[in-house]
Amino acid sequence: MLLGKVIGNVVSTIKVVGYESRKILIVQPVDPSGNAVGKSFLAVDTVQAGVGDTVITIDEGGSARVAIKEPKTFTVKCVIVGIVDNVSKEI
Amino acid sequence: MKLGKVIGRVVSTVKVESFEGLKLLLVQPLDEKLEIYGDPIVAVDTIQSNIGQIIYYEVSKEASMVIEYVKNPCDAAIVGIVDEINLGE
Repeated sequence: MLLGKVIGNVVSTIKVVGYESRKILIVQPVDPSGNAVGKSFLAVDTVQAGVGDTVITIDEGGSARVAIKEPKTFTVKCVIVGIVDNVSKEI
Repeated sequence: MKLGKVIGRVVSTVKVESFEGLKLLLVQPLDEKLEIYGDPIVAVDTIQSNIGQIIYYEVSKEASMVIEYVKNPCDAAIVGIVDEINLGE
């Protein structure tokens, strides 16, 4: 799983079957201190996250389909699975 | 998923059976500010995207699931056409 920060959302009318009424957010990966690392990506939201939230995201198909409660043949790889309240890095 | 722009078509006559009848497009990856990064890729299109449109695409095994016949070698597929991107400040 990856820590990320929601920086925006994407509106889309034409999309593949199964994506209707799903919220797609732009996530910028961050390190534990909250600094941006690498390029942003898009993820399907399952936890009603919003812009500015720090979130936990999955970038792997099997787990993503479990999180989104869809059958085996659903095109999804990036899913937001949690909103982070606090990260404490101790070492 | 990643943002991208459709920049061209790829025409291929001889291809694996499971790719027959599919549209292949050339996609340039973009970041959230629609700035270009990386090299263009070839992606399968099932939603009738056009050249010049901003789209989002999925890579790896999950991409192959846009095609009805699941056992296919696709590793990038267009998932949706972007109408609008809102970046919160």
